[in-house]
Amino acid sequence: MVAENELEHSETAPIGMLDSASSENDRSDLPARVVSARVLLRPRLKEIWKSRELLLFLIRKELKVKYKGSFLGFIWSMINPAIVLMVYFVVFRYFLHTAFPQFALYLFSGLLVWNFFGVSLGGASTAIVRNAGIVKKVSFPREILAISQVGTSLVFFFFQFIVLVIYLIGFHYAPAWGYLPLILAALVDLVIITTALSIFLSAVNVYLRDVQHLIDVVLQAWFWGVPIIYSYNRVYHHSHLLGYFFLADPITPIVLSFQRAIYGHVAPLGYSYANGASGPVLANYPYHFYLLMLGWVFVTGVVLLFISLLVFGRLEGNFAEEL
Amino acid sequence: MNYAVEVQDLSKHFRLYHEKYSSLKERVLHAGNLPYDDFWALQDVSVAIEAGKTVGILGRNGSGKSTLLKCIAGILQPSSGQVIVRGQLAAMLELGAGMQPELSGRENIYLNGSLLGLSRKEISRRFDDIVAFAELEQFIDNQVRYYSSGMYVRLGFAVAVNVDPDVLLVDEVLAVGDERFQQKCLDKVSEFQEEGRTIIVVSHAPDMLRQICEEIIVIDHGKILTVAPPGEAIRIFRDSLIATDEVHTEPETVDGVSSMPRRQVEITEVGLEFPGAGERTYLVTGDPLRVRARLVVHQAVRGARFELTLLNERNEVIFGSQGDALAGGDVLDPGETYVSFVFDTVPLLDGRFTVNVYVRDAHSKMLANAEPAATFEVMNPGRSVGMFSLAMRTELSDQPIASSN
Repeated sequence: MVAENELEHSETAPIGMLDSASSENDRSDLPARVVSARVLLRPRLKEIWKSRELLLFLIRKELKVKYKGSFLGFIWSMINPAIVLMVYFVVFRYFLHTAFPQFALYLFSGLLVWNFFGVSLGGASTAIVRNAGIVKKVSFPREILAISQVGTSLVFFFFQFIVLVIYLIGFHYAPAWGYLPLILAALVDLVIITTALSIFLSAVNVYLRDVQHLIDVVLQAWFWGVPIIYSYNRVYHHSHLLGYFFLADPITPIVLSFQRAIYGHVAPLGYSYANGASGPVLANYPYHFYLLMLGWVFVTGVVLLFISLLVFGRLEGNFAEEL
Repeated sequence: MNYAVEVQDLSKHFRLYHEKYSSLKERVLHAGNLPYDDFWALQDVSVAIEAGKTVGILGRNGSGKSTLLKCIAGILQPSSGQVIVRGQLAAMLELGAGMQPELSGRENIYLNGSLLGLSRKEISRRFDDIVAFAELEQFIDNQVRYYSSGMYVRLGFAVAVNVDPDVLLVDEVLAVGDERFQQKCLDKVSEFQEEGRTIIVVSHAPDMLRQICEEIIVIDHGKILTVAPPGEAIRIFRDSLIATDEVHTEPETVDGVSSMPRRQVEITEVGLEFPGAGERTYLVTGDPLRVRARLVVHQAVRGARFELTLLNERNEVIFGSQGDALAGGDVLDPGETYVSFVFDTVPLLDGRFTVNVYVRDAHSKMLANAEPAATFEVMNPGRSVGMFSLAMRTELSDQPIASSN
């Protein structure tokens, strides 16, 4: 790994040589880069931070290349989630008779989170392998490749969010104003968790190419384990234990926060003890309950991020050989 | 001392799996008993490269030279030990690595520049220089996929040299492109040398390194054989080539008396004869010259070929004879013999020249070499300038110029 730090030049220069060394081409003031097998967190983070411009270039590249030459171009990034939303809506509303009020809005607020998560992981798992050419020939913090996938999905996320806002305005729905800051906190959590998993998967996939196929399957199963189409409140009242189990999944609190802020004003809130199957869609949890959950997810996310950076650093050493 | 690059006890270890299992099923099936060989690409390599020097890393394929370069560049992590690099480093391992065919030249300059560690501002400042150096002013907004391979390489090179590095790493990239481009690369290298930057070049071609390097690190089987000035380093490199070739082609002797690798042929002496020079110890332009080498043949050689190269003071090869493969070569019987390279006339002008002599077998494998074998000086008695004396006369007449096509 490559670490950036200022080295004491006097360590390597004998005392007697210092005079000649302090001439005009003295290099002791130049930043020294150390390449060694040690994996240190701080210099890694520093390197990544220094490469933020590269990150932006890579995201831009990704966006440009992805839809280059296609007639509808960027609109494709909206069509896919729109179709998914429509299919779920039609199937659940008309075939399975889900009776949620404004079901489409409920779906939208959850899918927004899931699309970001799923697209990021799908792209990131192959990020290093697809860019073998530069990984083998250029030195830069390779995590950036995985992070750029997260960044690309973040751009799509914002576009979908704008569509959501238009949707809200068009149908005269109001969000739960007081709960809107939750979206921001949840988004931070979401980005951290997604980045952590993306970095981890991108590195592991270099050694185990199954990961890129496995992740598709896992994501599909995972989707049904997150209360996006059904209601968490009703799961909880079906079985409290199952409810806690759901909350252990860091994505669930994030989805719940989005739903609370976007959908919470549209549908009646409350606990349903009488009839779990048709009770309120969202529970009437207080604000600080959401903050507590998001705080927990944040801690989990940061720990996962550090772990994945260390794992990445470990595995990175032989990328150039394995690709 | 000011060191730009310090390599300290660097080792790099690879596991060479007999079969590559990168699917989960295979990994599970073969868990714990994957057959692999340990391979040390580098073993306890320590070397310090002074700031402002141009240093070559010379070694055959698989000697570990590229691994060393990649460790210095930070592309590979060493298994143990460390590398300290002072100052901005730019590595040219492959020109145009990371170019996106879908993007325009302009966008690629920004992307590539930032991959090499430049900020957006720095790229904008150097943008015009980069485009001018690549000679792509007209095409800079075209997609790179429509570029010819030459344009592609030029763009990659232009970005890399404009990174303005303190330490430049070059991996045989100078060998690509057309001659004019190669010259441009070499010019850039000498510009960097004058500016006091440190350059590290990796190659398996000694002649290129001889031209540009002040010092050469010879590496073989992951270990440093020597760090020496070009002439000596290249001799050691060639010796190591011959020594290992022997080991391959000559297994243990049957009687077991000598298992030491012994050369088939040795060049024990090289002398120059100046047939037309009388008492002079130098040549005059146009004089004849005979280069004579004494060979000791230990083992008969079929199809032996003799080669000679002439180098000028800048160590550029100005002439190299190639043994004719079709002619079948000569048969060398064990014993002692002399080979002569006869020049009826040497049309060189002033200078001091070096002669190298090589003996190869029918498959071009080098059997023996002497370099430098000998040197001689040429004095130019006339007024002509340049490198060669070409037979020419001047005439005056009324005849109009005939069209040459």
